Amino acid sequence: MATLAAVLATTHHPFYLKATTMPPEQQMPQAPEWKRKVEAYRETLTCAKPDILVMIGADHFHQFFLDNYPQFLIGKAPRYDATFYNEEREFGIPKYVLEGHEELSNFMHEGLMERGFDFAFSHELKLDHSIICPIITTRPDADLPVVPIYTNIFVPPLPSPKRFWDLGRAIREIIDAYPSDQRIAAVGSGHLSLELGGPRQFKETGPDPDFDRKAIEWLSTGNIEAILENVTHESMTASGNATHGFMDLILMMGIAGPIPTAYHDNLDLFHTMEAYFTWYPEGAAA
Amino acid sequence: MSKYYVNKFLFTVDRDPELLRRYKEDPRSLVASWEQSIGPKLNDAEVSTVNFLTDAERDALINHDYVALFEMGVHFFLSLTIFIAIYDEDYMTKSGPLSFQREFAEKLQHWTGKDYPSIALWQAAAR
Repeated sequence: MATLAAVLATTHHPFYLKATTMPPEQQMPQAPEWKRKVEAYRETLTCAKPDILVMIGADHFHQFFLDNYPQFLIGKAPRYDATFYNEEREFGIPKYVLEGHEELSNFMHEGLMERGFDFAFSHELKLDHSIICPIITTRPDADLPVVPIYTNIFVPPLPSPKRFWDLGRAIREIIDAYPSDQRIAAVGSGHLSLELGGPRQFKETGPDPDFDRKAIEWLSTGNIEAILENVTHESMTASGNATHGFMDLILMMGIAGPIPTAYHDNLDLFHTMEAYFTWYPEGAAA
Repeated sequence: MSKYYVNKFLFTVDRDPELLRRYKEDPRSLVASWEQSIGPKLNDAEVSTVNFLTDAERDALINHDYVALFEMGVHFFLSLTIFIAIYDEDYMTKSGPLSFQREFAEKLQHWTGKDYPSIALWQAAAR
């Protein structure tokens, strides 16, 4: 059976690449620290020696729109283009082509259906920054095949936090059951408190530092009870209008299980709290 | 009620550099062209006949009025992204990084601490 080599849950700040590669005299003061933290975080994936990445993200109206927006979707293509024109324009993120893994995509899709998750699917999927940002931060060579999974954290009505947790648990079972000797890592991105296009956007900190502090504590200690007790769609809205991306971090903990992280770190940046979590559910990295 | 259609305007214009340029330079003309020939497209072959902009929505789009769009419950990501594309560079040159984003937030300060207008589409019909 396959080995779950690592589970990573990370915020995705689309300006990371730009902020840390522009001429040093133009960089923000935190850029070197940000880069150091990201590179230390990257090592938690590298040392797990993964062969395949299951990537969790959310399409931000790049391929999918309100005429047909999936709650949960899996990519089943042999390869994936990434980065849309408007992401290159706004964030300076380059284009990528990632190899897919059709066999695991198919096994995952069937396993999800068997477990009550009737996923939408795509055989021509272009990935957006929710998946490419963590590739840039955790696997910049982009040299591993991926199985992309999209969730709806973006357009109400959204699935519940409990549903994200349960989906994570189901993905874990499927990875554990995959008949292969390969090492699979799951890497997903989301947010802590976040405001976009509203009165609390682009402040000195994220819109709700108190939520951010608690969320880091809950995730790093594997405390799903506290999350499900405290986090609702309404509470996330109160923490910032785009905070629902937190549910993808809940999903990642669902893949790991209710256990403490092996590694976590965070960085208080303008506009958001960045946070990085890694679990090794099967013990220390290889 | 056509919150969907306002969102569709922002979605289709933001992803097309030529439409975006026209929306920056001559919004009235671009909105008119869009209503005539772009908005109704379901895909390259099919048209959809069921959507329209209200006068208030059309005015908000023509005036780049992101406060009005916020108050109509237009999706925050679409609105922020397209107006960053239109204004960020000019503001940056004049007043430094994030000055547009901060002015955007400032103009919405009267919503701080209140329930924002919902971005859900099905609730708009009830209003």
